[in-house]
Amino acid sequence: MWRDALLVAGKDLRIEARSRVASNQVAPFAVLVLVLFGLALDPDRGVLERASAGLFWVAVLFASVLAVQRSFTIETGDGARDGLRLSGLDPGGIFLGKTAAVVVQLLALEVLLAVGIVLLYGADLGRAAMVAASAAAATVGLAAAGTVYAGVAAGLRVRETLLPLLMLPVAAPVLLGATRAWEVAMGVSVDDGWRWVQLLAVFAAVYLALGVAAFGTLLEES
Amino acid sequence: MSSPTAPAAAGATGLLGAAAVLALGATVVLGLGLPPTEEQGTYARLIAIHPPLAWAAYLAFGVTGVASALWLWRRTRAPRFDRLAAASAEIGVVFCALTLVTGSIWGRPTWGVWWTWDARLTSTALLLALFLGYLALRRVGGPIDVRARRSAVAALIAVADVPLVHYSVEWWRTLHQDRSLRLPESDLDGAYTAVMLLGFVAMTLCYGWLLVQRCRAERLEEEGELAGLNAALAARRAEVPAAEPAPAPAASLP
Repeated sequence: MWRDALLVAGKDLRIEARSRVASNQVAPFAVLVLVLFGLALDPDRGVLERASAGLFWVAVLFASVLAVQRSFTIETGDGARDGLRLSGLDPGGIFLGKTAAVVVQLLALEVLLAVGIVLLYGADLGRAAMVAASAAAATVGLAAAGTVYAGVAAGLRVRETLLPLLMLPVAAPVLLGATRAWEVAMGVSVDDGWRWVQLLAVFAAVYLALGVAAFGTLLEES
Repeated sequence: MSSPTAPAAAGATGLLGAAAVLALGATVVLGLGLPPTEEQGTYARLIAIHPPLAWAAYLAFGVTGVASALWLWRRTRAPRFDRLAAASAEIGVVFCALTLVTGSIWGRPTWGVWWTWDARLTSTALLLALFLGYLALRRVGGPIDVRARRSAVAALIAVADVPLVHYSVEWWRTLHQDRSLRLPESDLDGAYTAVMLLGFVAMTLCYGWLLVQRCRAERLEEEGELAGLNAALAARRAEVPAAEPAPAPAASLP
């Protein structure tokens, strides 16, 4: 399963390296969202600085919908889905591989956006350990839940409009947990930040397990 | 192909329906007859239906989760579990929306706002959004067994999210403010408790009756689709008699 996961992740990342869809379209979109927040909330009143953790994670959430969608769009053309099914790869491995590829892309995007909120919103990412731990757990959770749902919606004509409706409510605990943990790390609020990191880790574990268990069933469908 | 409902089952369903209507009628009459309380006036009477509606919604979503798991497990896989999951989710969404609406109607005069970001309100709203997504996915259509597979996985993802949503929202809100919205238990005198319990019975019976009817309608819909498909196939074959010497078997329910 792990070897299959590496193969699939390598394939997806290679496709991304050659097509540059995430870096040329998804990343600029996410940065644009940060700029739009700046226009919507008056930057002079300190609202942006206080809300920067939440705005960051909302931008990541929107970008993750696009990233997950892209991850399954590359399987729709040229009968790639049938190829994947006939390849004999373990379905759990395919799921983990696709999730891992999305995680790598989202983490790169988060580094970019973190620089963005420091520069644009004047955010102070003081406690790096909590920032990194919560971001890692949240990203794995988002990618795993998104990949299962994208597997559910794959092959449907309406998947572009359906996927956000399915994915965003499920991701609500991630948005809450990651935002609270980052607020603690930034010193905006006092709270037990590690408790939120634990919640994010549980979320990630639940959806990784669910995806590994369910992906075989999802791949069966025509 | 179509199995007519056995008379005994039809009788039981009728009895369930009658019981549901009676219990609901009694809840309405007795609930409206409750004396207004000092603190909340006549709005306190909403307690006769608001908690029972919430209970029925949770029950319905729970049934959807269990039915989806039973469908996914190969040994118990049967089309009726898919129909049960679909029917229960539909009813659950209606009850969940009614919970939010009755809560809002109560909240406006009592707290002065239609909506507040209380833990329980927020998680109920998210639950509604989760299952609205599930219903949207079901409406996409496609072959019945493919749709069943997709929906069962989606239902499990949604159900797995419920405890995570609950704890995250609970931690989030209770950190900032005390839960101000809990109904004061001591205020509930005997009559209120009795009518509320009757409401629980009524909503559970209503849920059961709606579930039976909705499952039946779902099965008839599937059979109707197949009958239409078979009729169209037969008509097409009649047009070109020489082309196909051996008629293909008719489509049937999986």
